Amino acid sequence: MAKTRYGIDRGLSVRMVGTLFGIGLLYVVLASVLIALGFNAVFILGISAALLFAQWWFSDTLAMSAMRAVVVTPADAPQLHALVDRICAMADMEKPRIGIADNDVPNAFATGRTPSRSVVVVTTGLLKRLDRDELEGVLAHELSHVAHRDVTVMAVASFTAILAGFMARSVMWSSMGRGRDQNAAILVVVVMVVSVLVYVISFVLMRALSRYRELGADRGAALLTGRPSALARALQKISGDMATIPTRDLRQMEPVSSLAFAPALVRGRGFSLEAVFATHPPLERRLEQLARISTELGER
Amino acid sequence: MGFLDSVLGRRKAVGPNLDALFALPNAAITLQVSLDLVPSGLGSVAFRAPEGRAFADVESQVRDLLDADAGPPVQLAVDGFGFTWLVVSTTPADVPAIVTDLHAVNTSLVEAGFGPQLLCSQVSFRGPDDRTVSLVYLYKRGTFYPFAPTGEDSRDNVLELQVRDLLAGELPLEPELSRWFAIWGAPGL
Repeated sequence: MAKTRYGIDRGLSVRMVGTLFGIGLLYVVLASVLIALGFNAVFILGISAALLFAQWWFSDTLAMSAMRAVVVTPADAPQLHALVDRICAMADMEKPRIGIADNDVPNAFATGRTPSRSVVVVTTGLLKRLDRDELEGVLAHELSHVAHRDVTVMAVASFTAILAGFMARSVMWSSMGRGRDQNAAILVVVVMVVSVLVYVISFVLMRALSRYRELGADRGAALLTGRPSALARALQKISGDMATIPTRDLRQMEPVSSLAFAPALVRGRGFSLEAVFATHPPLERRLEQLARISTELGER
Repeated sequence: MGFLDSVLGRRKAVGPNLDALFALPNAAITLQVSLDLVPSGLGSVAFRAPEGRAFADVESQVRDLLDADAGPPVQLAVDGFGFTWLVVSTTPADVPAIVTDLHAVNTSLVEAGFGPQLLCSQVSFRGPDDRTVSLVYLYKRGTFYPFAPTGEDSRDNVLELQVRDLLAGELPLEPELSRWFAIWGAPGL
């Protein structure tokens, strides 16, 4: 029996299950509070679900226009297409559309509700700065996001946050119309507090999930290309560069930050709250994982 | 990818399907009889060499193995995308011998645990007025597709479809045309 070098990272899977469980639990708690307080739960759930569905359904269009990215054909960008062709053939996955955003910030992102509707977008800044192997690593990372259906997973996971936000707002509106009944006032305060709490917790959990998905995509890319160190080089180049770019460009990146290759945020060091709220794991953590995979691949 | 793998953000590496390669010699005869496409005597296998000593060892073992027997000589080339190609050349053209050698490469890589690194194999054919057609084998799909380069970045789609229709009964052919990626300038073409 041939041995396999492409094992699964159990620790990462366990952490992801834990986070997902937390998000699910939070959702159950929120829904019970909603029903216990006598809200028209079906109505609120329906509206939240509709909002979320629209966001998910139009994810490719929204992100593409936010980034001013255009889809390129094989004739426009033969090298880029050829690279993606080969990665897809190695991974046995459907080839997504490819887009280029005319932006000097080196970054890449993947979006789209299903693998066949997906787009992988790279910026011109990325194409300028990376060599072939590094670009391949970044593309494989984005294609891993597509294969893992990260747009859908993150959309479903964010449902609780959307629900909490919507609940707070609808209570505010409905309380404005009513009289100064004391019971009603208490109810409004309770709902507001619960909503804010739920929102904060789900926000932190979402960010944790996002970081695990990034590590998962890094791992997928490293195993697929067999070159973890090329991906590590790309990460270092991009993250090193990112800090020196003017903030105006960085703000442009914000809308799609959560599935981008490197986070478009200028961050300080060693501040723990930032680590809790970050969408991407710290560079050291990502490099450490890649170094470990490199060792595993090289074992005889 | 299963549902659980999606939820957990992981994917299992896709192993290669090796068996369909042995259908090539018969297809070669059909190509020669019907379209006057003669085997060029060249065949090659492409894989992505991962970093590290382990793969370098396997690679040199494979080359020693192929050079040791009385079979055709083997050459190594790296293409513009970082893929390594082992080119088998036979004179006169001997498709079964090429297939045997390609299979030896495949099994060596799979046994060493590097099966997922295999990209494709190809065996090339020459037709009248110097046109080239190659039958490309996609390991992960277990399917073939024809590739007919006519220049540096152009291909003869009509001829490719003609070959597909001709070989439909003999080889498992790739149904999704979007997966027929071009391999212009591939070693052994």
